[in-house]
Amino acid sequence: MRRILPYPVLTASLVIVWMLLNAFSLGHFLLGLVVAVGASRAMMQLEPSKPRLRRWQLIPWLCGIVLLDIARSNIAVATIILRGDRQARRAGFVSIPLDLRDRTGLAVLACIVTSTPGTAWVEYDSASGVLLIHVLDLVDEQEWVDLIKTRYEATLREIFE
Amino acid sequence: MSHAENLPAWAALLVAFLVLAGAGLTLIGAIGTLRFRSFFERVHAPTLGTSWGTGAIVVASMILFSVLGSRPVLHEVLIGVFISVTTPVTLMLLARAALYRDRSEGSSDVPPDHLADKPDER
Repeated sequence: MRRILPYPVLTASLVIVWMLLNAFSLGHFLLGLVVAVGASRAMMQLEPSKPRLRRWQLIPWLCGIVLLDIARSNIAVATIILRGDRQARRAGFVSIPLDLRDRTGLAVLACIVTSTPGTAWVEYDSASGVLLIHVLDLVDEQEWVDLIKTRYEATLREIFE
Repeated sequence: MSHAENLPAWAALLVAFLVLAGAGLTLIGAIGTLRFRSFFERVHAPTLGTSWGTGAIVVASMILFSVLGSRPVLHEVLIGVFISVTTPVTLMLLARAALYRDRSEGSSDVPPDHLADKPDER
């Protein structure tokens, strides 16, 4: 099983992508399956380390809170832009010591931090595990450290580590 | 859009609201890019367009074509997924380049490089 399907999650996602782009029918399922199995076996040559999903049940929950947080910060940043410079606002850098070491987990965290308006991933140092982000509306640094660490990092560690 | 008259009112209102919201967010993001003063502030503005700016238009498109075709049309989800997966790549490249520039200029606005004295660890 492991030899035929080295990346079951990747294979399943590729089949779903194939059927979304074409049609949900038996023919496209089989065709997509052939493409997906071929592609995931090619992937084996490229990526020797395989991400482990320990608790995939948490993924929908994480997606939900991330979409909600992004919507909230969309409104916050839109308000800042429309309000202009009339109100004092301080932008600044926050460094966050991360315990998350899994590369896939860090990649997902980068997507979350970047997709959220108001926070931007600036630099990550893999030796010390310190992440530098830029925050548009910085009120309390510790608040941002707690937000990233408890809201996202803890969940990502549960999923990937 | 020749079949738009077949669209029920609730769907038309919802789609119109979502398209306007998405386009509005993207416009505000563009205004923000113009308005902010420094690079690191400016980098936040376009993410309005790449997050719910895209998201709202994608959802509107899914609703419109699902209602018109009376079957679920979901492939727009992939647009949203690919945009949110690829945005960090360009943003991180730009941010690191700007950080490098500001640090080599000796600017006090950016935090110092704590690895500057031991470059081997990079």
